[in-house]
Amino acid sequence: MPEPLTVSPYQPLEAEILERVPEARNMFTLRLRFTDPDVQARYSFQPGQFNMLYLYGVGEVPISVVSDPSDETVVDHTIRALGRVTRALGRLNAGDRIGVRGPYGRGWPMREAEQRDVVIITGGLGCAPVVSVINYVLRRRERFGRLNIVQGVKHSNDFIWKDRYDRWRQVPNTRVLLAADEGAALWPWHVGHVTEVFDKLEYDRRRVIVMMCGPEGMMRAGVHLLREQGVSDEDIWVSMERNMHCAVGHCGHCQFGPRFVCRDGPVFRYSEIEWLFGEKGF
Amino acid sequence: MADTRAFLERGNLQSLIDTIRDAGYRCVGPQSRDGAIVFDTLTHVDQLPRGVTADQGPGSYRLGHGGGQRFFAWANGPQALKPLTFRPRETLWRVLRDRDDRLHFEAADAPVTKTAVIGARACDLAALYIQDKHFLQGECADPSYRAARQELFIVAVHCTHAAATCFCASTGDGPRAAYGFDIALTELNDGFVVEVLSSRGRDLAAGLETAPATPVQLEAAAAAVAAAAEAQSRALPAGNLRNLLFARLEHPRWEQVAERCLACGNCTSVCPTCFCSAEHEVPSLDGSHSERTRSWDSCFNESHGRIHGLNVRAATSQRYRQWLTHKLAGWHDQYGRSGCVGCGRCISWCPVGIDITEEAAAICA
Repeated sequence: MPEPLTVSPYQPLEAEILERVPEARNMFTLRLRFTDPDVQARYSFQPGQFNMLYLYGVGEVPISVVSDPSDETVVDHTIRALGRVTRALGRLNAGDRIGVRGPYGRGWPMREAEQRDVVIITGGLGCAPVVSVINYVLRRRERFGRLNIVQGVKHSNDFIWKDRYDRWRQVPNTRVLLAADEGAALWPWHVGHVTEVFDKLEYDRRRVIVMMCGPEGMMRAGVHLLREQGVSDEDIWVSMERNMHCAVGHCGHCQFGPRFVCRDGPVFRYSEIEWLFGEKGF
Repeated sequence: MADTRAFLERGNLQSLIDTIRDAGYRCVGPQSRDGAIVFDTLTHVDQLPRGVTADQGPGSYRLGHGGGQRFFAWANGPQALKPLTFRPRETLWRVLRDRDDRLHFEAADAPVTKTAVIGARACDLAALYIQDKHFLQGECADPSYRAARQELFIVAVHCTHAAATCFCASTGDGPRAAYGFDIALTELNDGFVVEVLSSRGRDLAAGLETAPATPVQLEAAAAAVAAAAEAQSRALPAGNLRNLLFARLEHPRWEQVAERCLACGNCTSVCPTCFCSAEHEVPSLDGSHSERTRSWDSCFNESHGRIHGLNVRAATSQRYRQWLTHKLAGWHDQYGRSGCVGCGRCISWCPVGIDITEEAAAICA
């Protein structure tokens, strides 16, 4: 493990917003760099890990890192303006300073995924945590087998990053499957639940790895279908979301059965949590 | 004092307080206040709850006066050692914003007072052991807990007066303190049997006016503690309840207990092992700086399970189940033992008298 960047695990470090990239309505990417070059040089993370972003006088919020781990110059966070802190973060601009601490948690199993077919499934607007994986795989395309990118949204108007998906569709050995529960006119992709496109997935079930994020009900339905296709729970990974204050397993908010999502997750092998996953109240 | 077991006359107890204070500690001990035994700064034996007893039952805590000359004729009060090491409210760090809107983060270096506590119970020490695991193990030790913990000197008092709510014998944590103290006392009518466990305890006890404990005194001390175990009528179901509880997440009892539970969080406040905390932002009025504070939180609070647009534990039954399955089940995975030390505080201080032993028994039956 790298040396901690601060004396206190709770204390942020100053970072500067290099760029604010609008992504969609209520959605933006903050491109950050630690103001201390030494901190920026020492900072490293894995796809799927998250940082706590602190806005002066307002508070902190956990946000997954979407940039590439090999990029040593910037740290990108794609944020949806939903709550008090994220809405205020959305009003910041290049040059503004915020606090950052991290990275926290266990990320996606990128090493385990090498040489295997990769299926990436997201639902709702929760695709930010897997964008890092998609980019990671595309930049190292030769290390992985077939790539399936599956995205489901409620309404086709919720669909963002059309350009990216169009671009990804052009990559060899890569399949992009989109579904909207409700499709507007001219929506060229599937209308219906995202699991309905699973029969178009291309993978070898003996060497596949699945990474999912989104609403837990969608992920449960997804797992159910993948099981029917012969995929083992051992080969399915999910990213969970819970209330978090400390991010280091002390504050108790993200306790999930015998685990803390912030420290033991947010990415879990499905077989580890299958017995409790989706149980209302946990 | 050469022998590890000595006898301190009742009239010489002040020398223990004096010796502690002379060694540079703030001495903290039990006192009767607002109808309860509480821990606060102690300078004189007259502040101790002489003759005070504490009758406890579900949703009930009443002080009495049948304890004669004794200072420790009660089992416990609402506090354990928890507030001494895990502060109910504290500042984690602060940040200054300069004229160029640059942020300067700095640690909140709250001064740590060397503290010695007299009157820790076996259940309190078991809870401290668990909280040590929570806050100190792993890659991210809690700085303020660690600082307070390192400076904490503990004089345990073996329990001789179990309350009706006590069940430490069934959890294996008491009433005799077996570890985690520097000095331990057993109170008899005319004084205290003194034992030391640590080298700093030995150094400090060397300054006390004691006589070697006689076999009769040692026997009386052992009998008094044994009687406190015998007197306990409550018990948690035996063994590791982890798999049983997690297998009964749909038990109707969760809904039944939720009809009584007020979700007030009293149980988590008085629980010596509960560790939840919430962070808060406290900006200054002039906008020049802001403080990040942390205060005790509870899994019974509405905000505890909230994520944007969703509360994962909206129902009281879900919150009670979260608490109990964590305490008696998930804790085994996380800390190698149950999170319940049998102190019974959650029973006494629950406004509606919900009894953890009764609920666990009903669900695990």
